[in-house]
Amino acid sequence: MNSFFKYFTDIFRAVKSLLTGMKVTGRYFFSPWEIVTQQYPENRNKLKMYDRFKGEVIMPHNEQNFHRCTGCGICETNCPNGSIEIIQDRIDMPDGKKKRIISKHIYHLSMCTFCGLCIKSCPSNALAWGQKFEHAVYDRSKLSKILNQPGSSIIKDIVE
Amino acid sequence: MKEVINLPVKNIEEEEYHINMGPQHPSTHGVLRLVVSLQGEIVKSLKPHCGYIHRGIEKMCEKDTYPQIIHLTDRMDYLSAHINNHAVCLLVEKALEVEVPERVKYIRTIIDELNRIASHQLWWCSFGMDMGGLTCFFYGLRDREKILDIFEESFGSRLLHSYYTPGGLMMDIHPNFQKGVKDFIKYFRKKIKDYDDILTGNIIMQERTKGIGVLTKEDAISYGVIGPSGRASGFSCDVRKHHPYGVYDKADFREILGNDGDTFTRYLMRMHEMRESMKIIEQLIDNIPAGDYTAKMKAVIKLPAGEYYQRVEAARGELGVYVVSDGNKTPYRMKFRSPNFSNLSALDHISRGVKIADLVAIGGSLDYVIPDIDR
Repeated sequence: MNSFFKYFTDIFRAVKSLLTGMKVTGRYFFSPWEIVTQQYPENRNKLKMYDRFKGEVIMPHNEQNFHRCTGCGICETNCPNGSIEIIQDRIDMPDGKKKRIISKHIYHLSMCTFCGLCIKSCPSNALAWGQKFEHAVYDRSKLSKILNQPGSSIIKDIVE
Repeated sequence: MKEVINLPVKNIEEEEYHINMGPQHPSTHGVLRLVVSLQGEIVKSLKPHCGYIHRGIEKMCEKDTYPQIIHLTDRMDYLSAHINNHAVCLLVEKALEVEVPERVKYIRTIIDELNRIASHQLWWCSFGMDMGGLTCFFYGLRDREKILDIFEESFGSRLLHSYYTPGGLMMDIHPNFQKGVKDFIKYFRKKIKDYDDILTGNIIMQERTKGIGVLTKEDAISYGVIGPSGRASGFSCDVRKHHPYGVYDKADFREILGNDGDTFTRYLMRMHEMRESMKIIEQLIDNIPAGDYTAKMKAVIKLPAGEYYQRVEAARGELGVYVVSDGNKTPYRMKFRSPNFSNLSALDHISRGVKIADLVAIGGSLDYVIPDIDR
């Protein structure tokens, strides 16, 4: 009789200890609104990154295709990994002087560590953070980007 | 006629043999190779082989200017990236005798504590997973996501922030920062009870960790085991208390010490530390003074010639930064005294005589981050 009684108390104790262990998981099972999973590739259209999100370094251009980069090279010297390369050019001004402009502002995304020193040190606020974060490509040469758009030139009100 | 050859039969139970745990093993949390000498399944001795993720950060620092060094320190102990940044910033400010604004000190302290909570949450996930409970992993990561959202909104990145600069901060905090932190504290005060229900009170976990991997106070001091692991043995080593930096001297918090020094005590230390960190944040978050977010610094930072040392309390223990400067804009020599390296040195001592499955639990409780060991 005693062993018979023990058999049932053992079952009861086992169920009780199982329920204690599963208390938290059970609660989440019955409250599915607490699930926080995002369906990432499906919600891509609705996905909004924060304003300060560091996706990549970009050079903002206005509607008339003007940028603010003077080609001074401070971002290039401040970059710890050599991910910025500036190819300068000189043009003749109407008053006979020569002026320095950028021919190419090359940004190697593959080497960038997103420290933000180029953007912080830029004296004319020519660089900014972009929001794009899907950088996967099939060829690594595609990760070297020319930031100044073709045909763009420096905006007039920048004084060096 | 057949000849009978009597091969000597070896008893595998009595003979010592070696196995490699790692470099690719989920419980080493990175590329750490442990050569374990076993008898049966009892660990006789153990030899860690480091260097699989050595990147030469100390040498790379010698070519970088001081603002550029910050982004390399992120990549040592990536789970307490802000705190590593803080060490270098404090060192440069100490050497140049720059007084940073009060606002910067408050913000830095709050963010350090948030980073500590995030780091301990990830440790909690992975410790649960090492013990065989995958549920913990998802709950811990879910709550860590809330902190990462605050970080992402304020400084744009989730893991490697590079937010501190010598003399101040990269940019001011986001207007939503204070509200976000307060919401998180309210949320996490509720959720940390789940942590206790699911893992601390779990009888299987307690049976597996109590009395396993005991480290006495004397051994903790002689091996230099610091941080929560050292405090579990009763070794009072909290830099925040003994050498306050930031505004830790204005906050009221306890340095929690354990007595047993076993795996379960090391577990409890980190659970208590999360609560203490929340207490510190709650005291400071409403009192952030107005002002500048950076002190006036020269464009090119040159430290005067000499030797400098600065320590901070990272999530795993005391992080020391030692710099020899010859007056140039780059350091002559840079050395990081990382907490994980000294914590790893005690692993051989405390895991002798345990079963190999318990080695996973001990390793989880020491909470090592391999990139910080190898640098």
